[in-house]
Amino acid sequence: MGDSQYSFSLTTFSPSGKLVQIEHALTAVGSGQTSLGIKASNGVVIATEKKLPSILVDEASVQKIQILTPNIGVVYSGMGPDSRVLVRKSRKQAEQYHRLYKEPIPVTQLVRETAAVMQEFTQSGGVRPFGVSLLVAGYDDKGPQLYQVDPSGSYFSWKASAMGKNVSNAKTFLEKRYTDDMELDDAVHTAILTLKEGFEGQISGKNIEIGIISADKKFRVLTPSEIEDYLQEVE
Amino acid sequence: MSIFEYNGSALVAMVGKNCFAIASDRRLGVQLQTIATDFQRIYNIHPKLFIGLSGLASDAQTLYQRLVFRHKLYELREERNMKPETFASLVSAIQYEKRFGPYFCQPVIAGLGDDDKPFICTMDAIGAKELAKDFVVAGTASESLYGACEAMFKPDMEAEELFETISQALLSSVDRDCLSGWGGHVYVVTPTEVTEKILKGRMD
Repeated sequence: MGDSQYSFSLTTFSPSGKLVQIEHALTAVGSGQTSLGIKASNGVVIATEKKLPSILVDEASVQKIQILTPNIGVVYSGMGPDSRVLVRKSRKQAEQYHRLYKEPIPVTQLVRETAAVMQEFTQSGGVRPFGVSLLVAGYDDKGPQLYQVDPSGSYFSWKASAMGKNVSNAKTFLEKRYTDDMELDDAVHTAILTLKEGFEGQISGKNIEIGIISADKKFRVLTPSEIEDYLQEVE
Repeated sequence: MSIFEYNGSALVAMVGKNCFAIASDRRLGVQLQTIATDFQRIYNIHPKLFIGLSGLASDAQTLYQRLVFRHKLYELREERNMKPETFASLVSAIQYEKRFGPYFCQPVIAGLGDDDKPFICTMDAIGAKELAKDFVVAGTASESLYGACEAMFKPDMEAEELFETISQALLSSVDRDCLSGWGGHVYVVTPTEVTEKILKGRMD
């Protein structure tokens, strides 16, 4: 296949019109831990598996879901360290916006700027694309919003989406379960059920992470005991 | 002579009941010589946001062009008009960027914000904002304007009465200032309409 001759250089198109490095980045995302997001009528929930390499790891110190601004949160699938770089840059951009306009940054604007950063790394010399896809959940004047940003820098607004290992099963499950007038609590239950579908082992408050934002416009990560409560409701 | 007094200007903005008025004089001078009697000091950023720029005329024009540029891009990106409070923060930031070589302008910003609530503010040449609930003034005639506004202002005036009050305050103040005058330019803005009137005062 002629493509493989072009797969070493990010900034060279292959004859089939692809940037093969980006395809590889998407593969890296696809082998990362499952994460998903659901937009409800009155909020957004994002969730992810938190499979740690060993039982000796202190799971309280690991936080995959991060807050970007008080009303915007993010989760990733793929390479953790890459996501940290993006979180850092996004937080800075959000703060710069606030410094200029004394207003919280709208979700769309932050997503656009983050996506622009990711795109930069697909068109510069000597760098590689980010090996993460992000799910950005926020609540601003336009209501609850959920965006997915890919390593290529393209972004989409979703009602519900999943990424990572179990993506096709998870998306099929979400397609069946999603309704437009779902409320936030229902969405959290659906998120848990979707994660459970592809989960290896026993699901508990310590090996998944859930972040929610409701009409109070404050993004927060649920504590393990809150997750346990939801898990019991689901049983 | 101070650089702020090179061209001469008078600006005032007042808050009324669900409306605001912003007024300026029309003289453009070069120290003692009058060179224009129809100079525009108040600009329209969008239908519910006005900015008046007093001080050095060339800096006022340049600053206005930069602000229009920024607002146009904002409108394209965010698909909405800027709120007056946000615009005021932007003007303040742009002025402070030039902290050690400032624009010699004192802006007066007036607009209708969320729920059409009137908003006015002024700032100094390096962006120190001064918010007010009643009136703000700027320019070479500012001291007289402070006095006239303080005496004539009443809260919650309707558009007609507000127009009368701001016009009287402006005309009586510029009469005490040799560098501003030659008539007045008044905009009265309500949630539904914008009225623009030219005043004829002492033409000197």
